[in-house]
Amino acid sequence: MIYVKPKQIVIPGEVLGEGMDIIPGEGTIREGRKIIATVVGLADISGRVLKIIPLEGPYNPKPGHVVIGEVVDIGFSGWIVNIGGPYMANLPVGEAVKEYVDLLKTDLSRYYDLGDKIVAKVISVTRSKNVQLSMKGPGLRKLEGGHIIKITSYKVPRVIGKGGSMIKLIKEMTNTAIIVGQNGWIWIKGSRRKDELKAIRAIYTIEKESHTSGLTDKIKRMLGDKSV
Amino acid sequence: MKVDVVPSADGSAVVEIGNTKVIASVFGPKPLHPKHLQNPEKGILRCYYDMMSFSVPERKRPGPTRRSIEISMVMKNALASTLLLEEFPKAVVDVFVEVYEANAGTRCASITAASLALADAGVPMRDLVSAVAVGKVGGMIVLDLTKEEEDHPEGATDIPIAMVGRSGKITALQLDGAITKEELKKALELGKKGCSILYEMQRKALKAKYGVR
Repeated sequence: MIYVKPKQIVIPGEVLGEGMDIIPGEGTIREGRKIIATVVGLADISGRVLKIIPLEGPYNPKPGHVVIGEVVDIGFSGWIVNIGGPYMANLPVGEAVKEYVDLLKTDLSRYYDLGDKIVAKVISVTRSKNVQLSMKGPGLRKLEGGHIIKITSYKVPRVIGKGGSMIKLIKEMTNTAIIVGQNGWIWIKGSRRKDELKAIRAIYTIEKESHTSGLTDKIKRMLGDKSV
Repeated sequence: MKVDVVPSADGSAVVEIGNTKVIASVFGPKPLHPKHLQNPEKGILRCYYDMMSFSVPERKRPGPTRRSIEISMVMKNALASTLLLEEFPKAVVDVFVEVYEANAGTRCASITAASLALADAGVPMRDLVSAVAVGKVGGMIVLDLTKEEEDHPEGATDIPIAMVGRSGKITALQLDGAITKEELKKALELGKKGCSILYEMQRKALKAKYGVR
């Protein structure tokens, strides 16, 4: 027995369903025969699995995520990168630099210095939440200039839109380059400050109203499309 | 009750019960330093309770006191069992509660607000916690004492109760004063009823943030 409708807003402690044939997914726990919500979010039912798409919460790194981070420390053989959320990530030299590096003779800050913003990929997360990053892959690089804004990581799918439609719309209508990290950090660079501000405002609107429908049209209108 | 009132916090709530008014803000989960405080098995919860200097008729000296440190601990114990902190090893969740107007029952209002703020921050939890004080004033069992009732000339008994909403389990119970066994049972029943009313209000406040009635 499932008591909630899909896309319904649920809050912690709410009984979502009852019965051993339902499987508790993300954001839910089983308590006896009942399935209980543990976070604020939208209920989501797929087959027998009942899960919650959270609306708030810290970033939870997973292997394969492409994230944006800031170098906060340089160690002997790598960098410590802040990727938002409760845990710092580790970027070892071997995953960051293509050429051979003599660790005794090289100052690592010539590759990435404190405060540098980077696009990196999460390659592993251990049970005790040691996060490892890699710079090997297309599009993974140091970010020069631009602005970084931070939103809740769970709203990233809405910012990107179905098949990248929303982010494509913002990019085209504001004439900016945008990179969205899975951790909710978004890098925006345009040739004019005005364009960047426009894009930032659009993204914040999406974050605030991510649980409502008809968002694409609203953003279109906001960015000055008269046809809708 | 209202959530999301402090923009810089990850989660926040304001709770006004009569003339007792508190703001709770939650920061985290975030990395915990110094490292020796970290628990590799689960995250930890830290609570800070503070009364603002203008919250009481006579100015309170700012800063932590013996009383506020104790209430912080009571709050932590009342809330920790509902949180699923196993998902955040080595991290910490900070809860700051500021009482900006006090008229008895501040610790109960603080627990109610803190639980709401934690939910708003997206910290996973089994259920919300609500708290209220019951007591005996002049031979009568009453709910949610005011300062005047607490200072009743015949003496008053004050019993703060914190309850997990759905299951009705009690996570905090204190007693200041004298009461008989039968009266205590009656008081607890009344307290539980009060907590369930607060629980419903908490749920409404959380949903109201997203425009749901």
